[in-house]
Amino acid sequence: MTAPEPILRLRGITKRFGALVANDGISLDLAAGEVLALLGENGAGKSTLVSILFGHYVADAGSIEVFGRPLPPGQPKAALAAGIGMVHQHFTLADNLSVLDNVMLGTEPLWQPFSRRAAARERLLAAARDFGLAVDPQALIGDLSVGERQRVEILKALVRGARILILDEPTAVLTPQESESLFATLAQMVARGLGLIFISHKLDEVLRVSDRIAVLRGGRLVAELPARGARKADLAEAMVGRAVAPAVRRGARAADAHAAHEPAAETSPALASLCELRGATLRGGGARPLLDGVNLALRAGEVVAVAGVAGNGQAALAEVLCGERALDAGHLLLDGRPLPARPGAVVRAGVARIPEDRHAVGVVGDLPLWENAVLERYATPAFARLGFVRRGAARAHAQALVQRFDVRGTESGGLDTLTRGLSGGNMQKLILGRALTPGPGEAPPRLIVANQPTWGLDVGAVAYVHQQLLDACAGGAAVLLISEDLDEIFALADRVAVMHQGHLTEARPRAQWTLASIGLAMAGGADDGAGERPGVRPPQPRDPAAHATGTAGGSPHAA
Amino acid sequence: MRLERRASVPRALLLAAPLAAVAFTLLVSSALVAWAGAPVGRAYALLLEGGFGSRFALTETLTRATPLILTGLAAAVAFRARLFNIGAEGQLYAGALAAVAVGGLHGGSGFDAPAWLLFPLMLAAAMATGALLLLGPALLKSRLGVDEVVTTLLMNFIVLLGVSALLDGAMKDPSAMGWPQSVALQDALQLDKLVERSRVHTGLLVALGLAVALWVLLQRTTTGFEIRAVGANPGAAGFAGMPVGWVTVKVALLSGALAGLAGAVELAGRTGYVTLDMSPGYGYSGIVIAMLAMLNPLGVVAAAVFVAGVLVGADSMSRAVNVPTYIADVIVAVSLIAMLVATMLTQYRVRRV
Repeated sequence: MTAPEPILRLRGITKRFGALVANDGISLDLAAGEVLALLGENGAGKSTLVSILFGHYVADAGSIEVFGRPLPPGQPKAALAAGIGMVHQHFTLADNLSVLDNVMLGTEPLWQPFSRRAAARERLLAAARDFGLAVDPQALIGDLSVGERQRVEILKALVRGARILILDEPTAVLTPQESESLFATLAQMVARGLGLIFISHKLDEVLRVSDRIAVLRGGRLVAELPARGARKADLAEAMVGRAVAPAVRRGARAADAHAAHEPAAETSPALASLCELRGATLRGGGARPLLDGVNLALRAGEVVAVAGVAGNGQAALAEVLCGERALDAGHLLLDGRPLPARPGAVVRAGVARIPEDRHAVGVVGDLPLWENAVLERYATPAFARLGFVRRGAARAHAQALVQRFDVRGTESGGLDTLTRGLSGGNMQKLILGRALTPGPGEAPPRLIVANQPTWGLDVGAVAYVHQQLLDACAGGAAVLLISEDLDEIFALADRVAVMHQGHLTEARPRAQWTLASIGLAMAGGADDGAGERPGVRPPQPRDPAAHATGTAGGSPHAA
Repeated sequence: MRLERRASVPRALLLAAPLAAVAFTLLVSSALVAWAGAPVGRAYALLLEGGFGSRFALTETLTRATPLILTGLAAAVAFRARLFNIGAEGQLYAGALAAVAVGGLHGGSGFDAPAWLLFPLMLAAAMATGALLLLGPALLKSRLGVDEVVTTLLMNFIVLLGVSALLDGAMKDPSAMGWPQSVALQDALQLDKLVERSRVHTGLLVALGLAVALWVLLQRTTTGFEIRAVGANPGAAGFAGMPVGWVTVKVALLSGALAGLAGAVELAGRTGYVTLDMSPGYGYSGIVIAMLAMLNPLGVVAAAVFVAGVLVGADSMSRAVNVPTYIADVIVAVSLIAMLVATMLTQYRVRRV
């Protein structure tokens, strides 16, 4: 891949936010027909770099050349005109408009009396044909699936004449099958001479899709290497700056599971379930219920994972288990007794709750760390007396939690640090610590409900969270893991159930699932017998095998 | 030019923000004073002297500050929980009217009960009335998501027209030569003067005590924790098990009670009867004061004294030089806007492109 003349040339890009150096003298080239992967943990400077490229930020130093011409800084319009397109992780589409409207949005001058829809439609269809992205121009965005919406995002950039396309974590919201189809599209674009920048922190994907890999860490370019021959372990180490040990099971059960090739719980049906959902139904405002007759049994010492594409009822399931919402029909039992739908009662019953959205639901960002540490237990006698907060006890609890869970970022402010100033990983450690640390005189949690516990975390923090969950499980807790990340599910779960449109499949042992059968169930294609369904989209020969053998041994990243 | 969010806010900046806001306000007001044809330096000197420069000025300022502290606290506690109570003006009038209904000289003598019983009853009536007035909008907000800014603001007009009707009807003082004013308060219920030969009354002590009590409530109690958490992030507060709707209602009752109390204190300490001009917008000024104080109850005291001093000083200045008293409104309004901008600039930095 030695392109004669790069279509994009970054030289010495530096950007500071106060004392923080987000980008430190980054120089990169991109050639036509090349996929450059930008790899890095959260906060490594990936987003800042592409924001500078796209004109959202202005670099403190450095220059950008596109097709040999300098790009004026700080002007998204100039970036668009120069042929830079961006597909954001969170789509920038208007749900109530059609595909064509969304693609046309912002392309026509305001004083043009009539909009030229026919011409725009032609261009849209031409681009769709050229790149193999089938869409119906009249369809409303709101009616499209996530994968289809992403196609529209890509088409939006292509219709505007993008020659350099930046994709920010494009597979984060896709099923494995949808990801495959995205990769096929990327290949077509490359074949037509586009240059792609692919941002991700999933190593498998990066190795598969890209030609060249640039690794950022702490704002610096720490490695730049061809994808061919690159090793996952090396990339992970370059990202984190140290070797990352995958989470391992401790205690006797690991050996058990390994030998029997099946979770221990499966072999001992006598083990009563700790928590049970029976015919759980929750009607939302929409046409179909959020939860539709869900049955699920969770046993002590076992990780059950719920897989599924976002928006298929996982959020509702988590809310029910966390005491946020009451079921419309069916039962939620803990130790055979109904669990009241009140967060306080649920916490007292020994349920540790890790919510999906750290910022919106997990913590109150504008309150200090120590108050967030006791947020779930502020009214218990341990931390309150006669209506007053027992600050001493609360702060001691917070201090112990910060130490045990290694929450960083409190060097200057101590326990009074505003929680919103913590990094995502440290915020998650705080939430994890809050959920897993019992109050004085309480027993440790018996059920852990973790909804997307590692979303947006860097590799090191992910390993930490996984280890904490496995340790709690080894200590006798039941863990329900709701995740959209199949790597995570295969790495942690004893049994896996798949959610689709409010239905939950039976929770089957992990070994009975393949990447293909899970993907099919996620798309609603398999309500039963997922393991044995033959002939439907055979899995990629290498990956599932790697998962099956790799995870059974407890070390998915050892390839 | 563009704004970027700061990673962290330096403490010095938080202290400098109000000072910068005041400086900017003085600058803008200077231009207006100069435009009115008055010597700027002398006008400010007169304003300062009229507000704080003598025993009389100081006592007048403190008298004026008393209801402002109470309405400022009413706004501060409500805003802390993101309940935007714009209705303190109406709650103040309703509170005053309820107080005079309990403690007034109806039929020449009023209720025949000892002052030690009637006085707390009078205050309780005022607080309950203010609280009830805000209860409706708070329930509409927490149950149905109705915007409380609209409901509380519109309630002001309803209450003021209602008060006006009562002052011309059932509550009218027959001996007031036809003026629309209420019967007078019993003498025994009037608040004592704090300083001889001045209008400062013991209501000031009530206001100061409540400011401290509210600070303790917000910073030290579980209820205060709930209020701050619900205000900062209702989603997280609810997830953690805080009763978000009930907290909103509690805050509404507290805020309304404080505004209603402001009416009773003003009645018992200064006016002695209710008229339609007993409050020159104390309820609305309370919002400005709460914002100037960054919603801190102790800061409310300082902000209320500042605003009161400007109002009183502007009165005396306008008598000496030819600047309309409206300059006081301009100063207060500009200081609010300057304060809001200054607070925002502590969170963000301006970068030149």
